[in-house]
Amino acid sequence: MTPVLEIDDLRITYRGSRGEIPAVRGISLRLEPGDTLGLAGESGCGKSTVAGAVLRLLPVGTDVTGRIVLDGEDVLAMSFGRLRAVRWAGASIVFQGAMHSLNPVQRIARQIAEPIVLHEGLSADAAEKRAVELMSQVGLPAWRARSYPHQLSGGQRQRVMIAMALACSPKLIIADEATTALDVMIQAQVLTLIKKLVAERNIALIMISHDLSVLADTCARLAVMYAGKLVEQGPSNEVFADARHPYARALSAAFPTVGDPAERRNPHGLAGDPPDPSALPTGCSFHPRCPVAMNECATATVELRRAREDWQAACLRVEEVA
Amino acid sequence: MSGDATNERSGRQSEERAQPPAEQARNGARPENMNDGTAAPMLSARDLAVQFTAPGGRVARAVDGVNLDLRPGEILALAGESGCGKTTLARTLLGLERPTAGTVSYGGSALRYSTKALKRYRRAVQLVLQDPTGALNPRHTVYDAVAEGLRIHRVHDNERDRVADALSRAGLRPPEKFFLTYPHELSGGQRQRVVIAGALVLEPQIIIADEPVASLDASVRGEILALIMRLRDELGLAAIVVTHDLGLAWNIADRIAVMYLGRIVEEGPVDRVLTEPRHPYTRALVSVLPNSPVPEPVVLSGEPPDATEVPGGCRFHPRCQVLASGLAEQAGVADACRRTDLPVLSAETRRPPDTAGDPGQSAAGDTGSRVACHYAHATTASPA
Repeated sequence: MTPVLEIDDLRITYRGSRGEIPAVRGISLRLEPGDTLGLAGESGCGKSTVAGAVLRLLPVGTDVTGRIVLDGEDVLAMSFGRLRAVRWAGASIVFQGAMHSLNPVQRIARQIAEPIVLHEGLSADAAEKRAVELMSQVGLPAWRARSYPHQLSGGQRQRVMIAMALACSPKLIIADEATTALDVMIQAQVLTLIKKLVAERNIALIMISHDLSVLADTCARLAVMYAGKLVEQGPSNEVFADARHPYARALSAAFPTVGDPAERRNPHGLAGDPPDPSALPTGCSFHPRCPVAMNECATATVELRRAREDWQAACLRVEEVA
Repeated sequence: MSGDATNERSGRQSEERAQPPAEQARNGARPENMNDGTAAPMLSARDLAVQFTAPGGRVARAVDGVNLDLRPGEILALAGESGCGKTTLARTLLGLERPTAGTVSYGGSALRYSTKALKRYRRAVQLVLQDPTGALNPRHTVYDAVAEGLRIHRVHDNERDRVADALSRAGLRPPEKFFLTYPHELSGGQRQRVVIAGALVLEPQIIIADEPVASLDASVRGEILALIMRLRDELGLAAIVVTHDLGLAWNIADRIAVMYLGRIVEEGPVDRVLTEPRHPYTRALVSVLPNSPVPEPVVLSGEPPDATEVPGGCRFHPRCQVLASGLAEQAGVADACRRTDLPVLSAETRRPPDTAGDPGQSAAGDTGSRVACHYAHATTASPA
């Protein structure tokens, strides 16, 4: 089977007034149809940069090396025309702030219809009819078709974004903090919807969040990023419950399991702050904050190593961390 | 975990603070009866209502009848979805909104709304805002940001020591290192610590924190929560934490009050309310948590209704899964759910369970959890 997405040794460097900033430092990922991957990490770890790179949405002048193959085609080598065809139809991204991604002066059915008109050549009327069908699939009533974005609640706007992302039947959907700003109950509604649609249509999903518990609940696999690198990758439930990398462990401990007596009145944090990407620590970039760091962590180059079958972590103590 | 608890408590503070809660807290095993009603509440709300007039003359009942007590050294979580009135309630407790009806009282006397009285009140009850980046003036140094409260309240002695002490209690050590830094030079977690230091510098009795960790990164979250707990343990500081995050309540709070459309629908000890929720709304909120103690996830459909159109009967009934599934019908309360509004939950009064007349107020025996739900009353009022 051709993978939907294959990323090989992706490296991305932003060029700004403060010099070069390495945002992504060698990442490889692979998704088959129907695969769901949760990509976790803190702000500034490079997770959204990876998402932007898949559809070449990064600022002009950004240095991207490595390979991104979307459904058999090399994204980095695509012509601009081909790239436009692939956006929405091959892969689509749902961003966090739905309010800022929607046109405030256009009715929502029109907005959902727009990519259908452009990509499938349907007439505006036929496309709007499709848009209304899509709206019902994401749980928006048909009479909402003529509403403007400001008339919808946050959860409804996020559903509009999901309907748009589905409009051209893409093979890959990237949800970048798509539910972070939503209330618990609305978040549960949207997550249930995403899970259902992904399963029904055999779409591959990359879900990006800093909340490991949400990702573990929605995705089959988890990948955790720190300072532009993957530090752990493996089956969701196992990684969430028993991460091998100390950072991934800290991240999963940050969100308590309600009802677990061990976490009652016992918040877990991680000392220190995320590193400045323009001045990364030597060796393992996590070592200054690591609770189990050894002397050699400050100098050794630590790549992903096998923890178990189908499970890797970038830690010298991968065998023993507990 | 860093931010090791310093024992360098200043004499000035430790002498004034109530000791017992702190002593118990430090032993780790906090007895369940720590706030068993023996201590008088520091901050109380009685029949509190706050209404706003929306454009077009519609009236939003943001807070629609709330009774609440906060006792010394207690951490209370105020939970609910956006629009449920939790932030308005917090603002009213701070004296930032004037209630349409009901009273807020502090130390047993009703809050007065003269400028002078409010100023004195706010020295004792401090607000910690959600977004530390927005709360700090980008052109003020950390020192100025923390000292601002002292200057407003004309506390002129030992300003430097007070600022240093507040910063180090907030976990910014050594404090002198941060005096001349600007907010943009700090990380999100450090900024939140500066905001907390700004609240601590006036030696308040209570802090009210609105979503204190919502805008922070995951790994920093636990550090700030640990700080709030440590402040309670070291200074006996009571806190109200407004949040939509039940995990936060599980992490730090003693009691939780769950709000829906301007009312508290369930209130009690966190251990009880979050593991055995009795109100269908609380149950639904808990059920959608990852690895929830409630086995079957209940995803409520629809959005929380608008405070300008509070449904008749039980205000939750249009979304209630217990009513929809027919369970309420079987218990014979379906009509009541649709037609009869529930009484406002009274503030915590630890009566002996058997002598309680009203089944809703202490039906679950010694748990102390109280719930505003016809179905819960009907099914627990007649113990076997």
